[in-house]
Amino acid sequence: MAGTERVSRSGDVPRDDDVVVAEAAAPARELLDGVEDLLDEIDEVLEDNAEEFVRGYVQKGGE
Amino acid sequence: MRRRVIGLETEYGVSFTLGGQRRLSTDEVARHMFRHVVAWGRSSSVFLENGARLYLDVGAHPEYATPECATPLEAVVHERAGDRIVHDLAVRTGEALAAEGIRGEVRVFRNNTDSAGNSYGSHENYLVDRAGDFGRITSGLVPFLVTRQVFAGAGKLLRGPGGTEYVLSQRAEHVWEGVSSATTRSRPLINTRDEPHADAERFRRLHVIVGDSNMSDYACWLRLATTDLVVRMLEERAAFAAPELADPAVAIRDVSRDLSGRGPVRLTSGRTPTALDVQELYLVAVERFVAARHSDDELAEHALGEWRFVLAALREDPMRLERQLDWVAKLRLLEAYRARHDLPADDPRLALVDLAYHDLDPRRGLHHLLVREGRMQRLVDDAAVADAMEHPPRRTRAALRGRFLAAARRAGRDVTVDWVHLKLNEQAQRTVLCKDPLVWQDERVDRLIDAL
Repeated sequence: MAGTERVSRSGDVPRDDDVVVAEAAAPARELLDGVEDLLDEIDEVLEDNAEEFVRGYVQKGGE
Repeated sequence: MRRRVIGLETEYGVSFTLGGQRRLSTDEVARHMFRHVVAWGRSSSVFLENGARLYLDVGAHPEYATPECATPLEAVVHERAGDRIVHDLAVRTGEALAAEGIRGEVRVFRNNTDSAGNSYGSHENYLVDRAGDFGRITSGLVPFLVTRQVFAGAGKLLRGPGGTEYVLSQRAEHVWEGVSSATTRSRPLINTRDEPHADAERFRRLHVIVGDSNMSDYACWLRLATTDLVVRMLEERAAFAAPELADPAVAIRDVSRDLSGRGPVRLTSGRTPTALDVQELYLVAVERFVAARHSDDELAEHALGEWRFVLAALREDPMRLERQLDWVAKLRLLEAYRARHDLPADDPRLALVDLAYHDLDPRRGLHHLLVREGRMQRLVDDAAVADAMEHPPRRTRAALRGRFLAAARRAGRDVTVDWVHLKLNEQAQRTVLCKDPLVWQDERVDRLIDAL
């Protein structure tokens, strides 16, 4: 059924159609479920000096 | 359906900072990263035993080209493998720099824009038959490519003179024409430089350069699967009157700026369907094509089902697709983060969230954080990715290259390979040409391996 998330067997590669199906690493949850904890984590991992970091993030053009 | 191969090339952004301050230029970082690669491969381009190519591209972007993959899902697995390989390289580089007394952190990003308006890409390759009408395929594909950002866009917080706006696509703001053979100057959606890396009499390579880099497995897969089906429909000359855009460069920006998917797409006829309307047009045409000619193809049916589901959800409420689409997930994070800290739209911390979503580091990247906590729909598991870091796809030419490289390493012999050639560099100077990307078994390669 379309849109149904597939929870299935682990990463065996069936020989016939080269399909790999994912085993859910954690039970599915809404993106912002427990949002305060999520935002705490983001605060923890985000670079402190945002302005400097963003300003200094300069690459060259690729293809 | 007739088999083909798909490949993805990703240009990564890199930084080296201490306390947020830049300590090395991107050139210097990339060169340090590739010292390992250069030392080992004697060139800034190496082929790995999983069949992939790792190299230093113009503009010092580390670039990873997946091996030839047999399906869109296999290409997603190999994209993730590439991320892991490049991330591991970044970690080793950080350690090597620290050992030299240069303190700081290497970061690698799977995104498409920096803070100076530069853009770099996620490029798709689809192998098509030389006999096909290439011009018809490419022109028929353009409206699809301009509008697929409604689900494939990675999202971007765009700063402009009028303020800060969130748009669907990282790449859409950069100048685009339909189809061209130039690469860096005029930015075509489809690049027609004809290097098939295969038997040029039988094959051409369709090289799409307009895509955003996806962190989401689902979005990456859907992008490839739908594009592949549209290309097949055009290749097999199914009855389909492709719309004609008045100006692709304008249309792609108009679409990007309307998160509802109702951005107008002006046609040469004067009509202005919405982006969702154009996607629906392609979906219906492909459904008809598959039902008529390939009704037994399960992978196609599955992809069509997901495409239909996504378009319907986008019409109703795009934010429902927060577990599938990069642009939605990222927007949710931005809105929540902004609300918590009560930030103005142009606050640098929001720009940082936009960037950190794309950080390859599993401990720091925001998309990785979401995945770890089960907040995104995954399509590939860690075991599959770990396998793809070491082993090539089993049913394409990559299998031959990977086997040859592994055997050469075990035998301690000096070899050179590229997409087509397998060469033993010694007195005998033996070379085998593998000109068919679809062939994974070859007696000549068996004999070459025996000779190692």
